[in-house]
Amino acid sequence: MMHFLATYGTQLISKTGQHLYISAAALALGVIVAVPLGILLTRMKHGANFVITLAGVLQTIPAMALLAIMIPIFGIGSTPAIVALFIYSLLPILRNTYLGMQGVSPTVRDAAKGMGMTWWQMMIQAEIPLAAPVIMAGIRLSATYVIAWATLASYIGAGGLGDFIFNGLNLYRSDLILGGSIPVILLALIVDYLLGKVEMAVTPRQLR
Amino acid sequence: MLLSMEHLRKEYPNGKVAVDDFNLQVGRGEFIAFIGTSGSGKTTTMRMINRMLKQTSGTIKINDKDISKMDPVKLRRSIGYVIQNIGLMPHMTIQENIELVPKLLGWSKEKRAEQAHKMIELAQLPDEMLKRYPGELSGGQQQRIGVVRALAADQEIILMDEPFGALDPITRESLQDLVKHLQEDLGKTFIFVTHDMDEALHLATKVVIMSQGKQVQVDTPENILRHPANEFVTNLIGEERLIRAQPNILSVSQIMLKNPVSITPDKTVDDAIDLMHDRRVDTLLVTDDDDTLQGYVDLEDINRITDAHTTVSDFTNRQVFFVKADSLIGDTVDRILKQGVKNVPVVDKDKHLVGIVTRTALVDIVYDALRGAPEADETPASPINADIHAAATHDEGGDSQQ
Repeated sequence: MMHFLATYGTQLISKTGQHLYISAAALALGVIVAVPLGILLTRMKHGANFVITLAGVLQTIPAMALLAIMIPIFGIGSTPAIVALFIYSLLPILRNTYLGMQGVSPTVRDAAKGMGMTWWQMMIQAEIPLAAPVIMAGIRLSATYVIAWATLASYIGAGGLGDFIFNGLNLYRSDLILGGSIPVILLALIVDYLLGKVEMAVTPRQLR
Repeated sequence: MLLSMEHLRKEYPNGKVAVDDFNLQVGRGEFIAFIGTSGSGKTTTMRMINRMLKQTSGTIKINDKDISKMDPVKLRRSIGYVIQNIGLMPHMTIQENIELVPKLLGWSKEKRAEQAHKMIELAQLPDEMLKRYPGELSGGQQQRIGVVRALAADQEIILMDEPFGALDPITRESLQDLVKHLQEDLGKTFIFVTHDMDEALHLATKVVIMSQGKQVQVDTPENILRHPANEFVTNLIGEERLIRAQPNILSVSQIMLKNPVSITPDKTVDDAIDLMHDRRVDTLLVTDDDDTLQGYVDLEDINRITDAHTTVSDFTNRQVFFVKADSLIGDTVDRILKQGVKNVPVVDKDKHLVGIVTRTALVDIVYDALRGAPEADETPASPINADIHAAATHDEGGDSQQ
């Protein structure tokens, strides 16, 4: 263990950084797209089912295949990896945003509108704060997925902790496989824990 | 008029007419109760006032301004709104909830805080509750906040959609007292939707009874109890409530006997005894030529007179207890019973004798009030019972025609 760290220590840090960068970028894109889309879906009478099903279908594409599809479009490197992982992150966030917004009690909505809130104020001051815990749960779930799958990004030259694992597989070196896998697991656990804290923080005191 | 609603109609795309030709004029400080069965259009009508729904045709004016030409958001901020399930924002403190509309209106922080303290006092709740969340309060406390929140931006009109429906009777009563107080002392105008007739009769200055989108009767609670417009209203009020309400809505003139036995002061003792014998009574009311009540003569008094030619005026009891024809039974029945007299003369405002109330008639009133509806086959003992029997007979007539 000490030997591994002595040999690969600096590499481990830079690969972890890459891994985090790819995951965070994909997740951020996912949040930026899926949260507004999920909110928009609650405003539409039709189409919500279609969009959510579509996101579900995208989720079923095998990860390796999706990464391979990205190469002709974006070449190799971190960009195609981020795009592919972004697609994976969509469904949990989209679905939870939709359900969270749907779950805001009609009474609250009626009261907010009846007191003279604009469409925008209703959303910002009432609906999103009330849906926040559910939306956050979706983001948390996506984050775990994305960190785990970011390992595969190494396959298309995006770097990250997957490099250790793939090298280990090629060289029959179990220390490299473990040296890549354990940090991924730790990373996923830590991020999940931190996002869990965020989820707590956005949950109104009375709804905990 | 503060609020005027003319020829309102609401028709849904599927052709269902929810409200049909609704007309109402509401003055400042009035308390209007919409009551009806579910689906009668009462909530629909109310929701058109703050444009939560848009009428198909007809106009609503507030202070002579057509609300359809106003910005709906501004309109709603100027009208208080209280709904059945309270509708407090669960993620905001009580203070934030109360300050919601003032904040939307851009009041300063200090002014808002000051208002929040004023409102919580108005709700008769402790000041420290401002920092709590709605979930930490009881249902009754929450709805108190719901009510004062609707006043926090000094709204003139407050709409309430079955606000106390989900509360237990005792809590409901205390909240009813709160809104009654707000209406009477602060001069706020309330439009109140309810399906609880007691609530409507207790709170409202004007009751609007609705059925299938139409106004069936619009009147004061007293007049509705006194003259239900039709069978639907009678059923909605309930016969028992009509009977219980009698002491408070019936006037003395409605239960008095209209042909009291009276005698003029210039008649003799002989005439008096003859009259008593003919009419089988032991008391005669003494009236002058234009029917003004002078007093009464009693059989006992006559007994003491030996001279048959003594005139009535010589032994008239001038200390006579009487009641006014237009006073309510509820107010007079105690006084009559306390006096311990058998019969009480009834006079109009010029003290002209118009009738007499017997203790028998009072017994009927008290009995009905305490025991509820009279037996159906009972002989009408008083004019009120006669009315009810007439109504019942009328109902049966209606059925047989179908």
